[in-house]
Amino acid sequence: MSSIITPSESESHVTSYPKFIGRSLWLATEGSFAFYAWMTMLTALFLVGANAWANQVAGGMIGTNMTDQVSWGLYIANFTFMVGLAAGGVMMVIPAYLYHDRKMHDVVIIGELLAIAAIVMCLLFVVADLGRPDRFWHMLPIIGKFNWPISMLTWDVIVLNGYLLLNLHICGYLLYMRFLGRKPNPTWYIPFVMLSIVWAISIHTVTAFLYCGLGGRPFWNTALLAPRFLASAFVSGPAFIIVSMVLIKRLTGVGGLDQPIATLTKIIRVTILVNLLMVASELFTEFYTGGSHVSAAKYLFFGLHGKTALVPWTWTAIGLNVTAALLFLWPGLLRFRWRPLLVTACVMAFVGAWIEKGMGLIIPGFVPSTLHEIVEYVPSQLEWKVTVGIWAFGLMVFTIAIKTALPTLKHPAEHSR
Amino acid sequence: MTTTETPQKPSLPIVENFTRRAAVKGAFATLGAGAFVAAISPLRQAARNSSAAEFMQTHYSELSPEQKADVIARLEAEAKEKYDADVTIADDRPIPGTKFVYAINLSVCNGNGKCVEACHKENNHDRDTNQSYIRVIEMPKGTMDMEKGSTTYTGAVPKDDKFYLPVQCQQCDEPPCVDVCPVKATWKEEDGIVVVDYNWCIGCRYCEAACPYHARRFNWKKPEVPAKEVNPDQSYLSNRIRPVGVVEKCTYCLHRTRRGKLPACLEACPTGARVFGNILDPKSNIRWILENKRVYILKEELGTKPAFFYYFD
Ligand code: SF4
Ligand code: SF4
Repeated sequence: MSSIITPSESESHVTSYPKFIGRSLWLATEGSFAFYAWMTMLTALFLVGANAWANQVAGGMIGTNMTDQVSWGLYIANFTFMVGLAAGGVMMVIPAYLYHDRKMHDVVIIGELLAIAAIVMCLLFVVADLGRPDRFWHMLPIIGKFNWPISMLTWDVIVLNGYLLLNLHICGYLLYMRFLGRKPNPTWYIPFVMLSIVWAISIHTVTAFLYCGLGGRPFWNTALLAPRFLASAFVSGPAFIIVSMVLIKRLTGVGGLDQPIATLTKIIRVTILVNLLMVASELFTEFYTGGSHVSAAKYLFFGLHGKTALVPWTWTAIGLNVTAALLFLWPGLLRFRWRPLLVTACVMAFVGAWIEKGMGLIIPGFVPSTLHEIVEYVPSQLEWKVTVGIWAFGLMVFTIAIKTALPTLKHPAEHSR
Repeated sequence: MTTTETPQKPSLPIVENFTRRAAVKGAFATLGAGAFVAAISPLRQAARNSSAAEFMQTHYSELSPEQKADVIARLEAEAKEKYDADVTIADDRPIPGTKFVYAINLSVCNGNGKCVEACHKENNHDRDTNQSYIRVIEMPKGTMDMEKGSTTYTGAVPKDDKFYLPVQCQQCDEPPCVDVCPVKATWKEEDGIVVVDYNWCIGCRYCEAACPYHARRFNWKKPEVPAKEVNPDQSYLSNRIRPVGVVEKCTYCLHRTRRGKLPACLEACPTGARVFGNILDPKSNIRWILENKRVYILKEELGTKPAFFYYFD
């Protein structure tokens, strides 16, 4: 028996849209042995994370290594980084729609799908960090008590969910039109694409405001925080997409990816330098001026009073970022036979940004504490498990999403004109 | 996958052998769902610890008097069941015309830490972690820079070259902790005390990050207090035994001070360094001190406007 869906022009969207979703999901779970192995591995990791989280809820957050001094840890660090990844996806949209880069048009959906997966992960990291996830509904507008517009966290909830909906709409619409065999109508998605560009910047800006609005934490209390966030997001996002595209090309034979890869490489060339420049100017202000800022920065780079937990993280990040920057500056990196090197550079830039935005940004905000106690923090095994679980889930979402879009990527010709 | 349709036709390919694949996928989905349920089974234990009534409870400010009475009866029963303690939980409201402020005489404080201990007992803190709302910093004479201080000092006190700076919630008039709370679980009452509804807080700990005085504490685990050590005189917004996973803080012992008594830390202080009172009362001791002594506040530059003062003789 075989199944075939023939949507006709006359069929109502109410029936054909669910059919489209069902069919897409069905197809997204079809694949080779390697695909099943990959998904099984991710499922296993996700289950480990889910179990660790359930234990955390049952036993209290004492299972984490967070303390009253360092009250946010690995979860919020990852959350911050994931917001950047979501925002970084927009670096495909800008060349495609603002600069009318035809080749980008065909693959821009990869960036949007990444944004969806990244936001899902963000939300999961926030939930993992709540002491009382059972009271999640208190955060919902109307039925809960929404401290808007005063709390930056409520702003973040709004912009993150808005961005998720925006990208779900754009991707859903483009893929659905393709399913119906119709040409997408620009009025139904171009305005949303334009909005998503502004929105992507807003999600990361609001997330930066979450931290730099806290007067009692001098390490975060800098106007450069939001621009720095964006600069590193525009490194990590494109880096992830380049690696994805290299893999997609290898595994599925989708063509037309070389030029987008080149465009993104050129973007990283600029953003990675801008990011380094901002880091350097922050360091200059910290160390040359001294003052209340400097003890957190000292702790981060050299350790304070013999406590050095973050020092290895910091120097690893710097090493990765600088090496990646040098690689990106080398013109030969774009040559086809240097693909493995390009991937390496992307991975380095990605991991570098992850440390810098995570352990290198959130933790030193708490060390030394507001009463200048130095309480160190090293994530516990439980925290690592939950984190890996959420990453695995995010990769699952991303894999499924990309598989859903594969038919479109293979035949880009008839859409997105 | 088939990849040769014309654009007009549906682009999704045909799946051969649909039933067999459906069966295999169904089996995997069932397996996955089963594994997921098993993985999150510890949640069942957590669910057993909280009732439907607790889950549905609205914000403190929205409870009618009858609902409040129900909630309090439930909390008292819980204390009996979980801690084997007979407690009474009142709903102490601010006294009109009162604004509480606190002051500490730094020339007198000798760092003995009796206040820390009294706070621990009075407020039913977890015995294991030895929690308290008060931290005393040992500071070298001649500086106000906390970076030079130590909260973990040992040995006989007072040391000649040191002075002692007790820090607790400053009940700020512009409290950053209140501003950042996404669910309004914490707020400032008319008598100046910043409180937390422990049954509304979601445990995001944003307030902990925002407070410049390290005044907030999170319940990383269920507080353990032996039945005979439980302080039974409790109030909904202050020292009742807190649930796990929420934030708590100093309330100037509102279950005492709103009933005309003094804070436990003040009563415990052997040197008389602590002064507490109603700043709106012109004849109060505290008013006299604020008017006649050289008074300091901590981290003035942050604009939090503390209701907590330090002075030297
Ligand atoms: S001291 Fe901290 S907890 Fe107390 S009111 Fe001020 S900001 Fe809030
Ligand atoms: S921990 Fe509780 S009181 Fe503090 S900000 Fe979060 S919800 Fe509000």
